Amino acid sequence: MSTSSLMPAGAAPVIATERETYLNNGYGWKSWLFTIDHKRIAILYLVSISFFFAIGGAFATLMRLELATPTADFQSDTYNKLFTMHGLVMIFFFLVPSIPAVLGNFLVPIMIGAKDLAFPKINLLSWYIYVVGGLFTLYVALSGGVDTGWTFYTPYSSTYSSSHVSAMAVGVFITGFSSILTGLNFIVTVHKMRAPGMTWFKLPLFIWAQYATSLLMVLGTPVLATTILLVALERLFHIGIFDPSIGGDPVLFQHLFWFYSHPAVYIMILPGMGVINEIIACFTKKRIFGYSFVAFSTLAIALLGFLVWGHHLFISGQSPYAGIVFSFISMLVAVPSAVKVFNWTATLYKGTIEITTPMLYALGFIGLFTIGGLTGIFLAIISVDIHLTDTYFVIAHFHYVMVGGMLMAYLGGLHFWWPKMFGRMYPEFPAKIAAVTVFVGFNLTFFPQFILGYMGMPRRYQVYPPEFQLLNVLSSAGASILACGYIIPLIYLMWSLKWGKKAGPNPWNAKGLEWTIPSPPITHNFEAIPIVTEGAYAYGPPPKVLGPGHDSPGPHFEEESVEH
Amino acid sequence: MSTEPILATHAAAPHGASHAHATVSGLPAPTAHHFVDLVQQEEAEKLGMWTFLITEVMFFGALFTAYTVYRNMYPEAFLLASSKLNWRLGGVNTLVLIVSSLTMAMSIRCAQTSKRGLMLMNIVLTGLFGATFLVIKYFEYSEKWHHHLMPGPTFNYAEFGQWGPQARIFFSLYFAMTGLHAFHMIVGLGLMTWVFIKARSGHFTPRRYAGMEISGLYWHFVDLVWIFLFPMLYLLGAHHHLA
Amino acid sequence: MSTHPGQPHVLPLHIYWGVFFALVVGTIGTVWVATFDLGPWNTPIALTIAVTKGLLVILFFMHVKYSTKLTWLFVAAGFVWFLIMVCITMADFVSRSWL
Repeated sequence: MSTSSLMPAGAAPVIATERETYLNNGYGWKSWLFTIDHKRIAILYLVSISFFFAIGGAFATLMRLELATPTADFQSDTYNKLFTMHGLVMIFFFLVPSIPAVLGNFLVPIMIGAKDLAFPKINLLSWYIYVVGGLFTLYVALSGGVDTGWTFYTPYSSTYSSSHVSAMAVGVFITGFSSILTGLNFIVTVHKMRAPGMTWFKLPLFIWAQYATSLLMVLGTPVLATTILLVALERLFHIGIFDPSIGGDPVLFQHLFWFYSHPAVYIMILPGMGVINEIIACFTKKRIFGYSFVAFSTLAIALLGFLVWGHHLFISGQSPYAGIVFSFISMLVAVPSAVKVFNWTATLYKGTIEITTPMLYALGFIGLFTIGGLTGIFLAIISVDIHLTDTYFVIAHFHYVMVGGMLMAYLGGLHFWWPKMFGRMYPEFPAKIAAVTVFVGFNLTFFPQFILGYMGMPRRYQVYPPEFQLLNVLSSAGASILACGYIIPLIYLMWSLKWGKKAGPNPWNAKGLEWTIPSPPITHNFEAIPIVTEGAYAYGPPPKVLGPGHDSPGPHFEEESVEH
Repeated sequence: MSTEPILATHAAAPHGASHAHATVSGLPAPTAHHFVDLVQQEEAEKLGMWTFLITEVMFFGALFTAYTVYRNMYPEAFLLASSKLNWRLGGVNTLVLIVSSLTMAMSIRCAQTSKRGLMLMNIVLTGLFGATFLVIKYFEYSEKWHHHLMPGPTFNYAEFGQWGPQARIFFSLYFAMTGLHAFHMIVGLGLMTWVFIKARSGHFTPRRYAGMEISGLYWHFVDLVWIFLFPMLYLLGAHHHLA
Repeated sequence: MSTHPGQPHVLPLHIYWGVFFALVVGTIGTVWVATFDLGPWNTPIALTIAVTKGLLVILFFMHVKYSTKLTWLFVAAGFVWFLIMVCITMADFVSRSWL
């Protein structure tokens, strides 16, 4: 930021003032903690979820240290608490809020041409609720943790566990409302606050993704809230609703739990896919191929995602007929995801590809998400699932989609929009190194786990037969590389806030309303509400139609690239 | 995407000029300035409340699901346990809530037609009927407490013969569902208090009564939940003990 | 419900009173029907009465009948999602004995 300067005495004083942005519009903790500016709230979330990511990562580190040797280092109870807390913190305090609460909060109003979300105060409230839930979690972590697994299966969680289940259940219950309020805000905002001319099919696909995610949040999270509340009531007041000795049914808990927790995984991945659309379009300088297919596939994933939860109950005693239906629909839900991957690939084809850090993360996402998604199909087949369920195969599967997919999308998006958010570029070279480190470390960590699971190593076990040690050591080694890959951006991103190259409004030459305003934006985003006339990703001429009777694109590439 | 910023002649209303009709659309100015005009603001507020009510449908829905599963599993136990509930009090409470919904709807109509005195009276009546509901609920709960029907360790299994354990599950659901409902009722009373205070200071006019309308939506929703709770919890074994 | 800016849509009084009367009748009716042992029919009848009462509250007291298509969509979505949860969960429990 430029500072005031005065000419020498005698000359007419020229005072260069700082341009007013949302960052310097008010200083001091009160202006941040009582802000209703969606961009500041996004930064508040950025800080908090980074903190919880570190905590979740610390639990993972301890787990991988334990698993480097076949014999026990920790006590079993302790290990149970480690994997439980790792899961709870990563899912509820990092993955679920990450892109919606950070990038979504920052960008949704700007991308649709609005001055803020529909309910700015509710937005701030959602952050405070998140913090309260987080404090409950910290209390639980510091006073000994929970050992039920993040899935809280009854009756262990409701009756037999002697760990801090009630406090954790209350913490998760509270945090759920943060999610619900964010989703509610986004839904109303996208319906009611689009700028003139911004029709649904002119919206960036990032907005479609946030919208679909918000539907999932609003329809699914309340069910988790009630279910976890019942567990807490049972522990605190012994109401006995899941107590098998009086007829309580553990499978009922599983149905209610997974009714949310399966859509939750789509809550976690859809925003990532939304980010990938934006990055791919920008760094191929092409509009996303098959825009409406991608938009509808987003809604399809949201809808189908609600119909498949029983694939977590294949071995629970669920009826085989229900299992068959759930299995079939689970395979169906892969189709819209595949549609997206095909569309991204088609977008890349004959695009002007620029390998920047966000693009590295996006390309990594496409590959790793595909592997993760395909292994999900393995698990959707009941007969295969009987062997693979509760093994490391499942762990590898969901880490491929969540870490190889979602987390890389988050990092890619963070880098892509960093200059917009802070007016500073991150240093490209260390960033690329970090991206490659993450990719290598990630695969080394989790690919061996597919093999381990196939070979029969169960999940949630701290000891294993010695013949599994080599793969476990590879996995732990990969984890240490992965950790480096996460620490490097932490350092240079913070560094860039003060010493990074100043960024203009559009360092990437990207299309989108967010790139038409200054970096960082003013508090009200736009001096005047824009009128939108062009569609999303208006990068160049429409792709040529291929097929019989049409011109083949052939060597016309030079003619097609139009300066704009 | 090309953006043609609206020229200065159509600049959005400056802050603080909330009473000037200087909005782009020519419609009344909003009271919250991130909105373009009052219509957008009111539509957003209403949609926001509907979205919230959908979350409530799913929130209660999980309990209705548990109820459906367990009732299907233990029909005799549920019949027997339900017969211990006081259907008269439950029925009266149902009527109380229906009346309160009427007065709520009427109070909004009064806001629409500028009938200030009647509007205030209807708001007060709505709140009073809501409070009546809670008082009756209190009497019901204390009756259960005295008969050892709270679903905890003191539960009186003997009263239900062989179905004792499962009857306790019925009561877990009864207290969870009606308890959650009563909590929502208490929040509703808080909303009514806010509505009354705002209405008394002339905040609601035929042009601007969205705050009252969305409070009404919430109130009707709480009534709606009870319309389903009553037959499902109280009337199961009615033909056994009413005849 | 403001369907036109500045022009509230005022429902005639007889609609409010009519709905109220129907709700009261429905309540008394559902209690009365419950006193008869109609075997498996008690539940569907009780549910039908409850759904009818619910619809009256939604359509008239909550003004959904006079609301935008978007509101209808949201209301419908809420109930459809609840039905998804109940029906598919019950489908598991009910079909276990089909072996």
